[in-house]
Formats: sequence, C-alpha cells, structure tokens
Amino acid sequence: MSDDLSKPFTKSSMSEEEIMKINKERKIQVTSFAFMIFLTILAFIAVATETIEVGFAIPFILLLAVVQFFLQMYYFMHLKDKDHGWPNAFIISGVVLSTPALIALILLLGVTKY
Amino acid sequence: MAGSVDLSKGLPSHPEKSTLEGKNKFLGFWIFLGGETIMFATFFGTFLGLREGTAGGPSAEELFSMPLVFIMTMLLLTSSLTSVLAMFSMKKNNFKNMLVLMIVTVLLGVGFLGFEIYEFVEYVHHGLGYTTSAFASSFYTLVGLHGAHVLFGLCWITTLIIRYSRSGITLTNAPKFYVASLYWHFIDVVWVFIFTVVYLMGIGGA
Repeated sequence: MSDDLSKPFTKSSMSEEEIMKINKERKIQVTSFAFMIFLTILAFIAVATETIEVGFAIPFILLLAVVQFFLQMYYFMHLKDKDHGWPNAFIISGVVLSTPALIALILLLGVTKY
Repeated sequence: MAGSVDLSKGLPSHPEKSTLEGKNKFLGFWIFLGGETIMFATFFGTFLGLREGTAGGPSAEELFSMPLVFIMTMLLLTSSLTSVLAMFSMKKNNFKNMLVLMIVTVLLGVGFLGFEIYEFVEYVHHGLGYTTSAFASSFYTLVGLHGAHVLFGLCWITTLIIRYSRSGITLTNAPKFYVASLYWHFIDVVWVFIFTVVYLMGIGGA
C-alpha cells in the first residue's frame, strides 16, 4: 500500500470528457488572469493619472481589490467548485471575524495619532 | 488505503484529494488560511490606523515609487498564474511540465523578493528606519510579514522540487504540491491588498 502511494503513474486515468472539462477550466482561469491584470493596471492608472479626484479614486481601487480577491479565491483557488463547502466556511468566517477587528483598529489607532 | 480509486487505470483525476491524507491536508490548509486572513487583517488595520503618524520622518508620498510596485505586482500575479497552470499539468500526469512551471514560479517569486529587499534598503537610506515613526514600523511590519511569507513559500516550493525532482507525480506528493500552490495564491491575494491599501493609497495621498 505504501508502494502504491509513492509510485509514479505512466498515464492519467482521465477520460476524454474529463480532459475536455479540465482544458475548458484552464481557459477560464487564463481569462480570469487576464482580467486580473486588467484590473491591476486600471487601479494603477486611476492613481497615476491625477485627473481623477482622490475622493473617487480611493474607493474605486478598493473596489477593484475586492473584485480581485474574489477572482483569486473563486477561480484560482477553486472556491467555486462544488466540493469546497468547508474551505468556503473557513474563509468566510475568517473575513467575518476580521472585519470588526479591522474597523476597530483603524478607528482606535486613528484617534490616538502620534 | 487508496479508497475506491482504481490505481491500475492510471493517475486519478484529482490526485491531490484521492487519499485520506490528501483530503486532510487540503482541509487543514484551508483552516490555516482562514486564520491567516484574520492575522493579515489585523496588521492591515494597524497600518491603516497609524499610517499618518510620520513623526517628522519621510511620508508615504515621498517614498513610494509607482513603477517599482507595478513591476513587483506583475511578477507576483504572473507567478500565481504559473502555479495554477502547474496544477493542471499535475492533474494530467505531466510531471516535467509541472516541475518547469513550479521552477518558473519560484524564479518569479525570487525576483519579487529581490525588488522588495532593494526597496527596503532604499527606504532606510532615505531615513525611514524601523523606529522612525508609527508609519515606518507599521509599514515594515505589514509588508515585511508578507515578504517573510514569500520567502517561506519559496523555500517550501524549492524543497518540494528538489525532494521530488525525479519521483514523478505520486499520491504522496500531489497533495503537497497542491497545498504549496494554494499557499502561493494566498500570498498573491494578500499582495493585491498591500499594493492597493499601502502603496496606491499612499501615493494617491488619501
């Protein structure tokens, strides 16, 4: 049994259909990568060209970051897959728990500047 | 036991999750990532609270250079893509391809880390020591923590590459490579927020 686990395989057991599915998924991921690069460039442009008001540019790039967060998590790290219920639960609880901590830190530290 | 997977047919289509050990590694790693989310959020909160406290030292606007951050971002985002592609090669039992893509990932990561070290040295020359101001220490702690994660990830993936350089894809090492790639993506996610919150907001003067 331990031999089985450390034994390389000569071929893959994937059927034609599975290979087609995996190729399609790869295409989706490369597309989402291109989209992420686009969002990144957009964020840099929003700050670099000072034509956009700061009051608008900052929420805008924060929104882009959040969109990228979801692209990364759901496409690159496969959170969108059906068998990822628990990983979703862990990450969502991480985000939910850290939101009040984040807000509290910003407010408390921001009040006592030094 | 390999469970219900028929190994005589070849590599299972999800080699990282076809053994119990692989499933456990996968689940445990996501618990770890949930915790990492909380840790990084608190460091971000500290930075956001303290970033205006420059105490007469250099401010974000004076120091940060947009081209440098842009190059670093591109290096790290691309390394994220190569590690995704490596996982596809793994599922197709294409060992050589996976190894090459993982090596490219490491090289891009090394490039990123090199720029970060250069950046920190440069800032120290400009008078931003760790204890100069509240802004300085919260900046170095947050970005340095991320840099330490990058360094750790690089050592991790390099060790995996060396250890399994000749073994092919097995049910033992597939989960290890998969988890390492998840870790690498997470580093990338954190960087997305660092370049937005620390650098772009600093340069934008908000």
